[in-house]
Amino acid sequence: MSANGKPKFAMYWAASCGGCEIAVLNTGEKILDVDANFDVVFWPVAMDAKYKDVEAMPDKSILLTLFNGGIRNQENEAMAHLLRRKSQILVAFGSCACEGCIPGLANLSTTEQIFDAVYDSITTDNPQNYRPQYQTKVPEGDIHIPKFYPVLRTLDQVIDVDYYMPGCPPESHQIAEVIDLVIQVIHGQASLPPAGSVIGAGNSTVCDECPRQRNVKTIKGFQRIQDIAELDPDLCLLEQGIPCNGPATRSGCGALCPQAGAQCIGCYGPAEGVVDYGARLMSAFASVIDSNDPAEIEQILDQLPDPAGQFYRFNLAGSLLRAAKPVWKQ
Amino acid sequence: MTEHTNPEGKERIGVYVCHCGTNIAGMVDVEDVATWAARELADRGVVIARDYKFMCSSLGQELIEQDIKEEGLTRVVVAACSPHLHEATFRKACANAGLNPYLCELVSIREQVSWVHTDKVAATEKSKAVLSGGVERVIHHEPLEPLHVPIHPATLVVGGGIAGIQAAIEVADAGYPVYLVEREPSIGGHMSQFDKTFPTLDCSACILTPKMVTAGTHPHIKLFSYSEVTNVDGYVGNFTVTIRKKARHVNEELCTGCGICQEKCPKKVIDDVYEAGLGYRKAVYTPFPQAVPKFPVIDVPNCIYFQKGTCKACEKFCPTNAIDFQQEDEYVTVQVGNIILATGFDLFDPRVVSQYGYGRLANVFTSLEFERLTNAAGPTNGEIVLRDGVTKPTSVGILHCVGSRDRNYNNYCSVICCMQSLKFAHLVHERTGATVYNFYIDMRTAYKEYDEFYQRVLEEGTLFVRGKVAEVTDAARLPQEEGKLIIQVEDTLASVQRRIPVDMVVLSAAMVPRHDAHEVAQLFGISCSSNGWFIEKHPKLDPVATMTEGIFIAGCVQGPKDIPSSVAQGAAASARVLGRIQQGEIALEPVRATVDESKCSGCRICNNLCPYNAILFHEDRMVTEINPALCQGCGTCVAACPAGAISGTCFSNEQIFAQIEGLMRVNFQHEKLAEMA
Amino acid sequence: MSEQFEPILVGFTCNWCSYRAADLAGTARVKYPPNIRLIRLMCSGRLDPAFVMKALAEGADGVLITGCHPGECHYLEQNYKALRRFLLLRRTLEQMGIEPGRIKLVWASAAEGVKLAHEINTMVEEVRAMGPLNWPKRWESNGFHATVKEQEQEVTA
Repeated sequence: MSANGKPKFAMYWAASCGGCEIAVLNTGEKILDVDANFDVVFWPVAMDAKYKDVEAMPDKSILLTLFNGGIRNQENEAMAHLLRRKSQILVAFGSCACEGCIPGLANLSTTEQIFDAVYDSITTDNPQNYRPQYQTKVPEGDIHIPKFYPVLRTLDQVIDVDYYMPGCPPESHQIAEVIDLVIQVIHGQASLPPAGSVIGAGNSTVCDECPRQRNVKTIKGFQRIQDIAELDPDLCLLEQGIPCNGPATRSGCGALCPQAGAQCIGCYGPAEGVVDYGARLMSAFASVIDSNDPAEIEQILDQLPDPAGQFYRFNLAGSLLRAAKPVWKQ
Repeated sequence: MTEHTNPEGKERIGVYVCHCGTNIAGMVDVEDVATWAARELADRGVVIARDYKFMCSSLGQELIEQDIKEEGLTRVVVAACSPHLHEATFRKACANAGLNPYLCELVSIREQVSWVHTDKVAATEKSKAVLSGGVERVIHHEPLEPLHVPIHPATLVVGGGIAGIQAAIEVADAGYPVYLVEREPSIGGHMSQFDKTFPTLDCSACILTPKMVTAGTHPHIKLFSYSEVTNVDGYVGNFTVTIRKKARHVNEELCTGCGICQEKCPKKVIDDVYEAGLGYRKAVYTPFPQAVPKFPVIDVPNCIYFQKGTCKACEKFCPTNAIDFQQEDEYVTVQVGNIILATGFDLFDPRVVSQYGYGRLANVFTSLEFERLTNAAGPTNGEIVLRDGVTKPTSVGILHCVGSRDRNYNNYCSVICCMQSLKFAHLVHERTGATVYNFYIDMRTAYKEYDEFYQRVLEEGTLFVRGKVAEVTDAARLPQEEGKLIIQVEDTLASVQRRIPVDMVVLSAAMVPRHDAHEVAQLFGISCSSNGWFIEKHPKLDPVATMTEGIFIAGCVQGPKDIPSSVAQGAAASARVLGRIQQGEIALEPVRATVDESKCSGCRICNNLCPYNAILFHEDRMVTEINPALCQGCGTCVAACPAGAISGTCFSNEQIFAQIEGLMRVNFQHEKLAEMA
Repeated sequence: MSEQFEPILVGFTCNWCSYRAADLAGTARVKYPPNIRLIRLMCSGRLDPAFVMKALAEGADGVLITGCHPGECHYLEQNYKALRRFLLLRRTLEQMGIEPGRIKLVWASAAEGVKLAHEINTMVEEVRAMGPLNWPKRWESNGFHATVKEQEQEVTA
């Protein structure tokens, strides 16, 4: 407990975009409840803090830490271990921490390829061809930057995680509900779900919340949504040949994308108990392809030009294989 | 049943490694496997690991039973032979000791290890891997109960040949209703086309006709002739079958079978089916005089009235006004508990063996044509004559194995051709006195009194040439060959090439599966081999059952066979069915898929995947449900469900993932590589 | 064991055809190398792509998927679903840098013990030529490692 008697709260970002923090702020007035009920001790986006302040805290002194972002470098990893030590409840917050998310797609590329893309691509102005140096001599002595790891890992591949909150980012109404729950727990009005649970999301998949009309499915071909002249506003997108990830993606978002006429891309991750999100989706899509002829099936599959991207956009780092072979072989 | 529990919450697993005499122990160090399991798999819950000479023996089973009772085992893994052989045995042993039988796992280290590998070290290592996979898997087993399904007492028999007739009569005699469906206007099948039957040479019609009449008049048999099954729904115990009764254009209520219509019909048609193209029938006809049922049918494509709009001779002369040109196909739906398929065979078309000249050389006959020639009721009244209808042959060559035992056509032996060819030889001798040559590859006269018949034909003076005929030609080289068919053959016993001129050639053509065998198999949900014979459940131990519960096969649909075997199979199939009916219900393996409705989002991916229509979608609740009685447990929907909402008993994701982990735990090669690195 | 690389293959078999083909290979004493470990499924239609990935992630060097011949599926047509999944899976795995030859789909009926043994032989040789896959089970501390170390060096940015 803090001096003011309120439990301590921390939020940290590792390899992530910052969308998760915005989603927290996007809860509106609920953020005032956080302030009213917690003593926010560490939140780099929102307030100034030093790592050494965290190091100085007694172990387990932070009640709740929301950790977003995957583990891309040495700094991310060190902070994950540090916050784990200092926190009672640590939540993998958002898709990056839960399953790697978009940064995890870098697990299809070697470090060199990643650096080439960042420091030496057509959109980069880097005439001196600077590359990060882990160690640099300056007059004051050597300075270091954290080592870039060859593979991005999810948070639970590095430390023990108490709860998972999926979404890219988690929907603000779901965050608000989780905040309410934790406050109730503090006041003894509710109890925590079992350790390891997914919180702030549904049990089923996006279709459960999608109002589009669904029929028995057969797929004769796939199309990109932008290539379709006229989209049926009421019919299931998958039945219109659009590779919608909704059937395999955990519910909780309210099926926002399909309702807006865009296919689900899978940011809420796999449904409860599913081991490999991409495998589920692959199996489901392939099962309803309407052909028994290998040549025709191949033709239909040609219309999915990037299967790994389609099926593992958010889940590659958390999947069974986690990274492409050239990446871990490098 | 009481489940043993243990305080640690961990399973107590017993591992039993079978020597199978030396079958396993000769290639696998079974003691090492057992000690390894006790040591290395202890942390996985293995509390006992034993090896024993014959686990399947009663002593071996008692060992398991005793350990379950005394050591409080909660899971059992037996490393022995294939689960297809002894899974039931070990499950029963577990049940005897009060452990749910589905908490037992049998892993195969005989068929998959000791019998197929030659390196003892590698075989022992693989046995450990396979065992470890079984141990991991068994942890995730659940106690299950078999599913009990009631059996409807009626039976459908498809195919009215001798096998189907026999099956129908046996079931009906036991007092249960039978629906017998035959595609042709009459039952009787191929046997009704024959004159004599080997080896006793009794008259085919004499022994078949009474059976046909019994089947036709039996109070418990409802005969659907000139009918086909168009749809089959449901599952063992409760099939719903739709039968199309093709329009006969003859009112069966009014027809007396007097035959006047056939007499008066002005249109003659070549009879390709019953007379094998050698004789004629009318456009309104019964295929043969003893047909059952006796009602004729009008052959619409050949009927003058149907084609040209006038004639109606049959209608004019029919004394009972039974002709009904307006009649339409009728669809009848029946409920049955079991189905016996006895749809028979087709004759191989020897035209494709062009070197034998069938279809090109007039006096080359198929075996079925020859049967009709010898039949007293056939087109020649039993006279064996050449295609001109008058000339008696002075010499006849009979070729065995046409389309059988030949890589170009069918690898298999058609079973009946040797005996049939011997019968032909005898009939030619008896009726024409002609010289007869039989050209054979091997003489196959197994079974009772068959070889005796061969001896008899030998003594009658039939000439046997061992060799596969290369060619039948009418191109004469020598004067004595003029006007003859010359058979070119290597006599492999004399090691000489021979040219044998004859007047008539008979091709003992292969039995081949029905042309529509694949469609029929699909209709009934059973499997047929790539060449088209229906596959029995076990080639030796369960020859009339199929992999699909409630569907049985009898006769040549399963593979070539003679009349006695067909009859035996018909009777055997009916015995299986009667057993089922009398039990009243059947216990099915509880390998089933179930939907967790709280996880199902109603995406409907699975809705189209089940060939048994076991998947139902509830529009109101937007969830899918699986009917456990219809589900056959293939697991396709389990693998397809994107939400992971469908799980399958006995083959759950957890079980298979665990098995993979277990299998891969033993990886000495990779450990070695790691050491090297 | 020989000095050459001995790959480990995981084989998924259908209860009605290829598992029985394996039984038949045994009964007929047809020899094939011990590098394959078989898992019985009820049908190739049960094959979940995750099983293949699991096997590879656990250290298998290749995966052999077997089922009834097209048109001969015990469950009528489920092997076609396996075929479609296999084709899609192979594409995805290729993007993951896994050689297409490391996963194979083979049809083998219950009568084809010899064929199954032959296919196993062929695949073992092919994978042996490709070398070990050796997918890491644990990621090392430089990014390949999932074990938590208590005293991690902390970085000041």
